Amino acid sequence: MAPKNRNNRDVTPSAASTAQTSATSSGSAPQAAVSTSAKPAVNKSVSSSSSSKQDWNSVVVNLANSYRDSAPQRTKLIDAFMTFLVVAGALQFLYCVVAGNYPFNAFLSGFSATVGQFVLTASLRIQTTEANKSDFPSVSPERAFADFVFCSLVLHFFCVNFIN
Amino acid sequence: MRKLQAVLSKSASDELVVASIFDRPEATRYTITATMSVDSLQTLANVGKGESTRTTLRVVILFLIAGAAIASRLFSVIRFESIIHEFDPWFNFRATKYLVANGFYNFWDWFDDRTWHPLGRVTGGTLYPGLMVTSGIIYHALRTLTIPVDIRNICVLLAPAFSGLTAFAAYLLTNEMTPSSSAGLLAAVFMGIAPGYISRSVAGSYDNEAIAIFLLVFTFYLWIKALKQGSMLWGALCALFYGYMVASWGGYAFITCLLPLHAFVLICMGRYSTRLYVAYTTWYALGTLASMQIPFVGFLPVKTSEHMPALGIFGFLQLLAFLNYVRSAIPKGQYQTFLWLFAGGTFGIGLAALVVATSAGIIAPWGGRFYSLWDTSYAKIHIPIIASVSEHQPTAWPAFFFDLNMLIWLLPAGVYLCFQQLADEHVFIVVYALFGSYFAGVMVRLMLTLTPVVCVAAAIAVSNVLDTYLSAKSPKPEDRLSDEATDAAVKKAPKGGLKSTSKPFVGVYSIFSKGAVVGAMTIYLLLFVLHCTWVTSNAYSSPSVVLASRLADGSQHIIDDYREAYQWLRQNTRDDAKIMSWWDYGYQIGGMADRPTLVDNNTWNNTHIATVGKAMSSREEVSYPIMRQHEVDYVLVVFGGLLGYSGDDINKFLWMVRIAEGIWPEEVSERAFFTPRGEYRVDDEASDTMKNSLMYKMSYYNYNTLFPPGQAQDRVRGARLPEVGPTLDVLDEAFTSENWIIRIYKVKDLDNVGRDHASASAFDRGIKKKKATKKRGPRVLRVD
Repeated sequence: MAPKNRNNRDVTPSAASTAQTSATSSGSAPQAAVSTSAKPAVNKSVSSSSSSKQDWNSVVVNLANSYRDSAPQRTKLIDAFMTFLVVAGALQFLYCVVAGNYPFNAFLSGFSATVGQFVLTASLRIQTTEANKSDFPSVSPERAFADFVFCSLVLHFFCVNFIN
Repeated sequence: MRKLQAVLSKSASDELVVASIFDRPEATRYTITATMSVDSLQTLANVGKGESTRTTLRVVILFLIAGAAIASRLFSVIRFESIIHEFDPWFNFRATKYLVANGFYNFWDWFDDRTWHPLGRVTGGTLYPGLMVTSGIIYHALRTLTIPVDIRNICVLLAPAFSGLTAFAAYLLTNEMTPSSSAGLLAAVFMGIAPGYISRSVAGSYDNEAIAIFLLVFTFYLWIKALKQGSMLWGALCALFYGYMVASWGGYAFITCLLPLHAFVLICMGRYSTRLYVAYTTWYALGTLASMQIPFVGFLPVKTSEHMPALGIFGFLQLLAFLNYVRSAIPKGQYQTFLWLFAGGTFGIGLAALVVATSAGIIAPWGGRFYSLWDTSYAKIHIPIIASVSEHQPTAWPAFFFDLNMLIWLLPAGVYLCFQQLADEHVFIVVYALFGSYFAGVMVRLMLTLTPVVCVAAAIAVSNVLDTYLSAKSPKPEDRLSDEATDAAVKKAPKGGLKSTSKPFVGVYSIFSKGAVVGAMTIYLLLFVLHCTWVTSNAYSSPSVVLASRLADGSQHIIDDYREAYQWLRQNTRDDAKIMSWWDYGYQIGGMADRPTLVDNNTWNNTHIATVGKAMSSREEVSYPIMRQHEVDYVLVVFGGLLGYSGDDINKFLWMVRIAEGIWPEEVSERAFFTPRGEYRVDDEASDTMKNSLMYKMSYYNYNTLFPPGQAQDRVRGARLPEVGPTLDVLDEAFTSENWIIRIYKVKDLDNVGRDHASASAFDRGIKKKKATKKRGPRVLRVD
């Protein structure tokens, strides 16, 4: 138990630090440019938009990089599921906007099933992430998964009951 | 656990590693000092023993508290009998009987055609079923255990039984706040006997609040637990109990608003944590779905503004969690820009969406009751039906002291102590105290929701005082050397090296000050118990169906007019005879007399109530068509003039007039019921509208025959009545109870030779000639 923890703890900061270095190496120049030009750039729409776009790109790139490097395989699996849920929820919402919400029960239970499952999965992800270990002294990853299963059962029971 | 640890320490070569697994300072001590020795096990066993006796003691005390809580609610059963009280409980009782007789599914789909005649009521879809289902489950459970208990007794004793559970829930909640276990026990005692809670939970008061307060406190406990541990399981339990609460009481909106508020305050204090995210989102996702299962609530959680704060905080937390994740992943400078772009954009879009949705009518604006919470005079102006209920009035300030006694002045002290520690759970108490005391000030009824937090905060304060002053050990004399002595008796003695890092140890030296403070506290507590018992026995234990009075020799006299009259209805009228009365008595007529009513305490249709109000407040010629149209067979009024019973219909009459005026302003006018000088009178000087109103006539019909001529007295309003009593043309007196509290009139059928009722009764009285001349002018056309 203890040595495993220690190993993992060792891994995470190093990964973070690598991400940090890569981020600074790739994104330091536009970063500096922004910080100097940001305040006067409010008036000049052209320069501000270009710099913020650049900045935005670097943010996204950094985010993707750090995610690719530091997230473990399991977390990626969870994230894939969460993405699926977001897509499913968005599709339902789109349908509701386009085709009307006539069986409102059905829409609500379908939509809240995705939303509820999303937040439960997000909670599972938070609780199983090593970096958050200190926040949850009483929740081991196994317990987190058991909780997740229990909550999902409750959620889907209510959804099925509500769908009519 | 500890035995295992000892064994491990024997076998393992490296003790420290093993000890560090268990991560307890005393564990290391045990393993080091007592390696391989047997008496270490002995000492461990002794420690465990002390702990277990403590637990046993605690359990015993909690059981005693539950016993006291139940016992103090039994005054009414002992004094009167096992009877359902007041008004609303009669409906709950009737619904429970229906549930037990017809099963759950029939109950769920119950359409009741015996109320709100001729409209009927979709009862299954317009009630909170939690209470009935709870007692139904208890009933069936007891029957399977072959304990045949009458359903009425279960209903009567449900509230006291749940008050015991509430005390336990208060104990759990307080234990989350403070390490001192005495605080929890004190909170349990306070919760058990505080009059603010007893007022709604005496035996026989079979109302939604009976179980709802337990659910309220327990939901809060689960919420705190979920928040502290950041556990999905506790969050889900919190949601389940929240669902139960929604099924039981309309006051669930209090939780729906308080938990988001707590989360919001935490976020504003910069205390966002992943634990908050897990607890809140689990609660909201599951709890909202759970609440939507109740037909009466249905889509409200996504459609009304009362529920929007919870949704808003839910979305906000998603945002915060995402931002937090991003912050951990990218450098700080970039995060700033990201934050502004992202958060600003999302906030703007969300606000715009809310405004658009509200103005487009997708989300309903705040309901009337909620407006009246912000602006206390709102209801008085716009919704007389809400303002007419006495428990919706603003609280008079002595009521706080009456209902909570010394707890009310301990509340600020408890809140202050919470401020000193101010962990997440203490913020909850602070927020709850503020929120709760505001609402308790606005509406008498919401005193109930304030009571739990007052009990918890007061218990924290009292236990703090007692813990400080009850410790037998005085601080050591060398501590005297340090300064900071403010008093001869009280010294502060810094223990550690740095004053700022270690809490100063405050001790009390002299036995006298200890004794004085503890003694004073004990006296206060005893007085509190006395006050609670007195209030319970005198103010809250009257069933109001049965009245008690004292005879001249001091013996008790029971006034049982209500049941007498309802029994008369049950035995002397057809099964489907429609009874018209003011809505206060609708549930009682349905429950006790089992006869259809026009309006009842479920005031879902204001127009229908106004119709009854109009029939009561108009002249007979106007009222008769209304009564015929609604197939009214009997009219029931409550009259307290003989006995001095002030809660009668003449005193409620102005509300009938106001509600009727709200719908027919050109036909009913409140002003016409006052004398020219603006007085509300029933004697000779009463206005003609008043004297000719059906209500006035029904109340005082034949009343002066009880007295010598010209001596008729109304003891409620202290007025001498006109010498000639009113005459009734369209109604026949059918029944008047022993003390004249209830009077029942039968509506006459149409005259069988086609005259109108006025002339027919005039003919019967033998004044045909006079009538002919008199009635010629303003002849009234029969409308129907």
